[in-house]
Amino acid sequence: MRKVLVLLVLALLVAGVTAQAAEKKMKIGFVYVSPVGDAGYSYAHDVARKAIEALPGVEVKFLESVKEGADSERVFLKMARNKYDLIFGTSFGYMNPMLKVAKKFPNTVFMHCSGYETSKNMGNYFGRMYQARYLSGMVAGSMTKSNVLGYVAAFPMPEVIRGINAFALGAQAVNPKAQVRVVWTKTWYDPAIEKEGAKSLLDVGADVIAQHQDSPGPQEAAEERGVYSIGYNTDMSSFAPKAHLVAPIWNWAPYYIEVLNSVKDGTWKSGSTWNGLAEGVVDLSPMSDMVPADVKATVLARRSEIKKGDYVVFSGPVKDQSGTVRIADGVVPSDQDLLKMGWFVEGVIGTTK
Amino acid sequence: MTPDILIPLLAATVQSGTPILFATLGAIFCEKSGVLNLGVEGIMAVGALAGFAVSYYTGSVWFGFLAGGLAGMLMGGVHGVVCLGFLGNQVVSGLALTILGVGLANYLGTPLIGLSASGFVPVDLPLLARIPFLGPIFFQQDPLVYVSYGVPVGMWYFFKYTRAGLRLRAAGENPDAALAAGIHSVNYRWLGVLCGGFFMGLGGAYLSLAYTHMWANHLTSGRGWIAVALVIFAFWNPLRAVAGAYLFGGVMAFQFRLQASGTHIPSSFLLMLPYVLTLSVLVFSSWKGGSSATPQALGVNIEPAD
Repeated sequence: MRKVLVLLVLALLVAGVTAQAAEKKMKIGFVYVSPVGDAGYSYAHDVARKAIEALPGVEVKFLESVKEGADSERVFLKMARNKYDLIFGTSFGYMNPMLKVAKKFPNTVFMHCSGYETSKNMGNYFGRMYQARYLSGMVAGSMTKSNVLGYVAAFPMPEVIRGINAFALGAQAVNPKAQVRVVWTKTWYDPAIEKEGAKSLLDVGADVIAQHQDSPGPQEAAEERGVYSIGYNTDMSSFAPKAHLVAPIWNWAPYYIEVLNSVKDGTWKSGSTWNGLAEGVVDLSPMSDMVPADVKATVLARRSEIKKGDYVVFSGPVKDQSGTVRIADGVVPSDQDLLKMGWFVEGVIGTTK
Repeated sequence: MTPDILIPLLAATVQSGTPILFATLGAIFCEKSGVLNLGVEGIMAVGALAGFAVSYYTGSVWFGFLAGGLAGMLMGGVHGVVCLGFLGNQVVSGLALTILGVGLANYLGTPLIGLSASGFVPVDLPLLARIPFLGPIFFQQDPLVYVSYGVPVGMWYFFKYTRAGLRLRAAGENPDAALAAGIHSVNYRWLGVLCGGFFMGLGGAYLSLAYTHMWANHLTSGRGWIAVALVIFAFWNPLRAVAGAYLFGGVMAFQFRLQASGTHIPSSFLLMLPYVLTLSVLVFSSWKGGSSATPQALGVNIEPAD
């Protein structure tokens, strides 16, 4: 009897071990700079994380509110030591810590969002949000009555400046008289300050408020004053149902799944990816019923032109604030030029400092 | 400046000054009793979270406001236990309270990020709101701003004309002499610490209930420290605190409007202004002899009489 029992236990153990080996899951980590509940940037990444979690054969973990710099290095190091196969870091300031850790752990694939460094096992990626911002600018330009659009912006860096320029070009495409006034808050998530910034724009006559921050503070200001607003990151209409017209949004899931599959079957290669509307990583949220049907149609037509490559947002002639031609007639600037953009187009009022 | 620019600017001044005003008054109340409290920032953060959470779960903004004050009082109680119970160093305890309060609020508040709760909205006061110029600035605000008009006057009256107010001041000026006159200074210091914490908590709650209607990490963003500096600017006088708070609110509101009007001054410089003002205020107050208004026993613990 005892022998039978021992055999049985042994058999079970062997079975268990083989089953585990077969079920070896792929470990994927996500590191975010802000809380996932922010209804903004990190939330958009987390929506994709949830989509991955639903796939078979993966073990997904995320860490939120991880500070850039030394704190993030510790987090990446720990994940790499725990033999994660793939780690996504979604904030600019994670770039150097990630690069350092990536060199020590060649068997882990690191993916960094919004930076420029790459190494053998570290790639970077971002989205051409400016394309979606251009479309949201068209909506804003069509809806304004005062021809003053307010833009509450985070930090004067190329990503934000490029977004403001695209927004202004979109607005001018449907309304040549439209001007964009910019206020810098130097914050990514501070509802109080960002709301105050929006209010100051409303006080100088803006009747549509757009934003490049992650908090819905500016949306609230627009809702209270009874004017229109353009969201960012995700559909923000729940914060300002009477104001929110549309939002340029992120849709990371298809790209993340693509990266995941390439790592799984060993075809992943390091490099830089800058996808846009065509690949679906950026898009427009559904437009509000307040937007007239003909405006919707114009915007959606332009959307499919950009998608097909028939229309390019930044193509000459484009003048800067002082009226000097910065992109000559017929010229399409390279991605390198776009990534370094540090000047405002004509019709934007504000400083880039 | 034309009125249509000036009036919104001044109305925004009052609104952005109000949270600082509540916090400054709390700090004055606490320091008048002789207890230095550098934990304003942390107490405000906890007050802001408590205010938002209670408003979110009960649906009552006034409960939320009260909860913000009570949470501030609780945090003040921690300071009291350390400084009055165990005679701990008031500076160290206050700094620890800031770190604790901000951390605690961020930790407990994580599930509440991105939610919206009901908050205070502007209500025009009958008749007063129609006064030209002053009406839109002072009397078309949210109810908490109206509350903030009463508190400084009440506090000033309390210090000057009530027995408890005089005794509280005695505890801050010369607790030994007060003891000789039969006043239990420690009890009045407890009053100062708890009520001071209550007002600081209200200041926090204003941020999450009226200024915005949401909770975010680091919502207080340094306002508590500005309040600490304003106490000195106000020479510990609740009425002067109003001027100080509005001065800061004004600079904050003004720099954004300057940006929106299309100035060429770099935004980094403009965003620095409130903090430059903080420094100048401290220099100015010291030069004007503000230190003579300091409660004489501020920061000095009362040794148990044995």
